[in-house]
Amino acid sequence: MDVVVEAVVKIVVVFGIVLTFLAYLALFERKILGWIQLRYGPNRVGPWGLLQPLADLLKFLFKEDVRPMTPNPLLFSVAPILSLVPALMTYAVIPFGDRIELFGREIALYITSVNVGLLYLFALSGLGVYGIVLAGWASNSKYSLLGGLRSAAQLISYELTLTLSVVGVLIQAGSLDLVEIVRAQSGTYFGLIPKWHVFWYQPLGFLLFFIAAVAETNRVPFDLPEAETELVAGYHTEYSATKFAMFYVAEYANILAVSALATTLFLGGWNGPGVERMPLLGVFYFAAKTAIFLFIYIWLRATLPRFRYDQLMRFGWKVLLPLAFANIVLSSAMAVIA
Amino acid sequence: MERALFLSFALTAIVAALNVLWRRHPLHSALALLVVLGALTGLYILLGAYFLAVVQVIIYAGAILVLFLFVIMLLNIRAEEARLERRPIFRWLAVPFALLLGAEIVYLVRVFEENPIPSGTSIGVTEAVGRELFTTYLLPFEITSIVILIAILGAVVLARRG
Repeated sequence: MDVVVEAVVKIVVVFGIVLTFLAYLALFERKILGWIQLRYGPNRVGPWGLLQPLADLLKFLFKEDVRPMTPNPLLFSVAPILSLVPALMTYAVIPFGDRIELFGREIALYITSVNVGLLYLFALSGLGVYGIVLAGWASNSKYSLLGGLRSAAQLISYELTLTLSVVGVLIQAGSLDLVEIVRAQSGTYFGLIPKWHVFWYQPLGFLLFFIAAVAETNRVPFDLPEAETELVAGYHTEYSATKFAMFYVAEYANILAVSALATTLFLGGWNGPGVERMPLLGVFYFAAKTAIFLFIYIWLRATLPRFRYDQLMRFGWKVLLPLAFANIVLSSAMAVIA
Repeated sequence: MERALFLSFALTAIVAALNVLWRRHPLHSALALLVVLGALTGLYILLGAYFLAVVQVIIYAGAILVLFLFVIMLLNIRAEEARLERRPIFRWLAVPFALLLGAEIVYLVRVFEENPIPSGTSIGVTEAVGRELFTTYLLPFEITSIVILIAILGAVVLARRG
């Protein structure tokens, strides 16, 4: 019974923190974009615009829910849910920190640790496609359909690179369990360089993973599914109010999940100086590393133009994919030597 | 608890599988197939075969079924279904195949009733599956990869011609 209570409490806490953070991630994005583009960004609601997420939430809830004439009203309503649920399910296996002592019992700072954790994440990222594709189809609109189809093609193409870029990490860590992968990265070489996979010997894998992850989350410079100059808003053109908010949250949930995953796989997760003595410190290291990725995401959006569709496909299949295969061969060779 | 979960997953799988057949619109059939796959995943997890459960979602739900949807949406298949219906040979072909499948199921149930797999064995865990694939079933595994390679080359050739 205690185990069930512990699990429920953990799930509630993690989702509470994650959802609040997602709301603020949107605000940080607008603030940072404003800072890069020499404007103020939102600053009307509350001090420094800090209550903006709350205002947005109320707006999304009370706006009129406009529905297009569609032969599939049910699918139209289900699509945003299909997009949001897999995005939120990823947080079940992400390790935020090591085990800590709390209220006289040992509590692990992750919801669960399964021996197929990484594959579970890839399965969820595969399911995320459905929400977007079905939204595009059920909207009964040409822009939405084109956005949905583009998105499906893009996600399938870059999923290959995403999956293959991680194989090197698996070979090195010898486990699919995210907690074990983080454990494998503890300690340092020569007492100086941390044993994170990005330093030794997965720098190429890391780069491929990050590029593919940006494409998987439909972000600039790979945001073709919703290229506003050509497709109005892509797959979510016809969505409004709460349903639109679900797509919005799903997008940010995916960004946060992918950043957390990059931290876990390549930057040593919760590892850092002094973690052995104070495990709670690991959570802060984890958050700081993840924040770096989030900043890079927003930075990319502020600086880079969009790929053309054929460039996107050529880049994915003819550049990233061969490099990912090369990385697997290299990693295997290194594993045999070491 | 386990029995209740098993029953609900099994029932979902059967109802959804019937829907795959009954639905008129190909897209609805494809979505019903997605539900079948989800229910099967639940059954695999109940069996402790985590690797199979997840891999099935990655490959069938994440890749193959998405391609189905892709094709259905691109071609906007409507006329196709009427055409297939008019060929009675498909209906008659279904009978021997159904009998064959039924016989296989009965046989397998018999086999596993006589010598069941002891509970607690880790048959579906990543390491166990990998070891089996690269030792006992190495030849079929490699042959499958060659078949897939040929299929890819075939797809490229066909696409080039068109």
